[in-house]
Amino acid sequence: MSVAQNLRRGEVAIRHLSKSYRLNGAPLPVLRDINLNIRSGETLAIVGASGSGKTTLLRVLAGLEDPDAGEVLIDGKLTKGVGTDRAVIFQEPRLLPWLTVLDNVGFGLETQGLSRGEARHRARRYVQLVGLQQFESAYPRQLSGGMAQRVGIARALAVQPEILLLDEPLGALDAMTKISMQQELARIWRDEDVTTVLVTHDLEEAIYLADRILILPREKGGEPRLIEIDLPRPRDRSAPEFVRHREELLNLFGLH
Amino acid sequence: MSYEHVNTSLAASFGLGRADGQVSTAVPAIVSRWRALLGSIVARYGVVLGFLAFWQLSSTLGWVNPAVFPPLDVILSTLWGGLASGALLDDIAISLQRSGIAFAAAVVVGIPLGLFMGQVRLVEQALDPILQLFRQTSALALYPVFILLLGLGETSKVFVIFWATLFPVLLSTIGGVKEVDKKLIEMARTYGAGPRTVFRRVVLPASVPAIFVGLRLSATTALLLLIAAEMIGANKGIGFQVMNAQYNFQIPLMFAAILLLALLGLAANALLVLLQRNLCRWSQPNA
Repeated sequence: MSVAQNLRRGEVAIRHLSKSYRLNGAPLPVLRDINLNIRSGETLAIVGASGSGKTTLLRVLAGLEDPDAGEVLIDGKLTKGVGTDRAVIFQEPRLLPWLTVLDNVGFGLETQGLSRGEARHRARRYVQLVGLQQFESAYPRQLSGGMAQRVGIARALAVQPEILLLDEPLGALDAMTKISMQQELARIWRDEDVTTVLVTHDLEEAIYLADRILILPREKGGEPRLIEIDLPRPRDRSAPEFVRHREELLNLFGLH
Repeated sequence: MSYEHVNTSLAASFGLGRADGQVSTAVPAIVSRWRALLGSIVARYGVVLGFLAFWQLSSTLGWVNPAVFPPLDVILSTLWGGLASGALLDDIAISLQRSGIAFAAAVVVGIPLGLFMGQVRLVEQALDPILQLFRQTSALALYPVFILLLGLGETSKVFVIFWATLFPVLLSTIGGVKEVDKKLIEMARTYGAGPRTVFRRVVLPASVPAIFVGLRLSATTALLLLIAAEMIGANKGIGFQVMNAQYNFQIPLMFAAILLLALLGLAANALLVLLQRNLCRWSQPNA
């Protein structure tokens, strides 16, 4: 019974989700009637032009913003606001500058009722997972951008969420660091079986990491599209299949 | 041209001539370390040392009237005499007590009130105009009012110092809380932190550097206000000694008391800097 529950962990159902902002008093629709099932354990990438609402969709999933209409169900339960079943990785690492790397990674564990010893033990494990054991007692200001983002990733993984939500997590990194972080994320997700939603504007990143890609339309009347990326892992960026997927995506954006 | 000349002669006298590369490596490490230390002292304290030397010279050489500007050695020996005989110790004790109580009260009122006002917009909006009005009203101008209300005793003295000391720490604390990165607060919320945890783990630590700026300003103010507080109705205190020595034309004693106030201010500041360094190791560039 518990095994069966574990297997279904982290399933997301989005039903008739709509959200609009107010711009100079007039409503500006951002998301219109989104319906989507996210499978347990899969990595779903959300891509779209700026203004397509991809970050808004992620923030609604995180519970940081309320939808105007519609609902989000996680494992069949209606969500309301933020919850510890989800962890968010933002574009900026958002580390607490007064805490060491280890304490930053352990930040989310305190509210989960873990003892101090347990929390430290688990935090240490995730610091190792992202390869920063030598920097355990460093302060964020002493870290490079890529290292800081790895701490943010470890902090999110340490709470062992059902769903991991990433909002352009590698967007601020340089090209080299970005590729090595993508490889690292692929490695981590192979070991940690967690449902992942990744918002990105990098099409190659989406193909490299995702099982499926949701493309949000730029124009309001357009329909969102889903593409399955059925490539073996670890993925080869220069494989013909990979390149074909990239061209398919570029075509969808009218860029080819 | 002459500058170049000085440069090369300096280099030659220090054995750093470029023509002879051997010499510079032959300089013992301890000597070059001393030289670096000396250089940093000159860069940091050169102007103040020059000022003190100028004072001493102009007084002993009679460029200024030594009765008005006594030489530094006279001032220092008067200060030392007052400390050694214990005559000034009572003044120091009572002054430190007045400033200390006022400062402590300002901290106890200012930090919690500032933390509260910084978090609750409505309260801040409601209280800000009156705070600005009070802040812009000189504590010295209000001193007669405090004397009317509280009498000529210790209470009015402590209160006038408290009044002037409160605002730096209060306003810095409000500013610190308001400037906490909202993104960090949002991050904490996604990890299930409630308002109390957000305050304890994010808002409070983030405000500490700003609070310390206020504390240092307040400590300085607490000592500055001593003069005013002890001007009226006092018969002890460093501020009183400054005024009293001037009335009695004990000019060296007057300068000794002024110097004492300055030294106390430096000590208070150094103490707070040390405390801040220990509390905010995370923000130090070379920690």
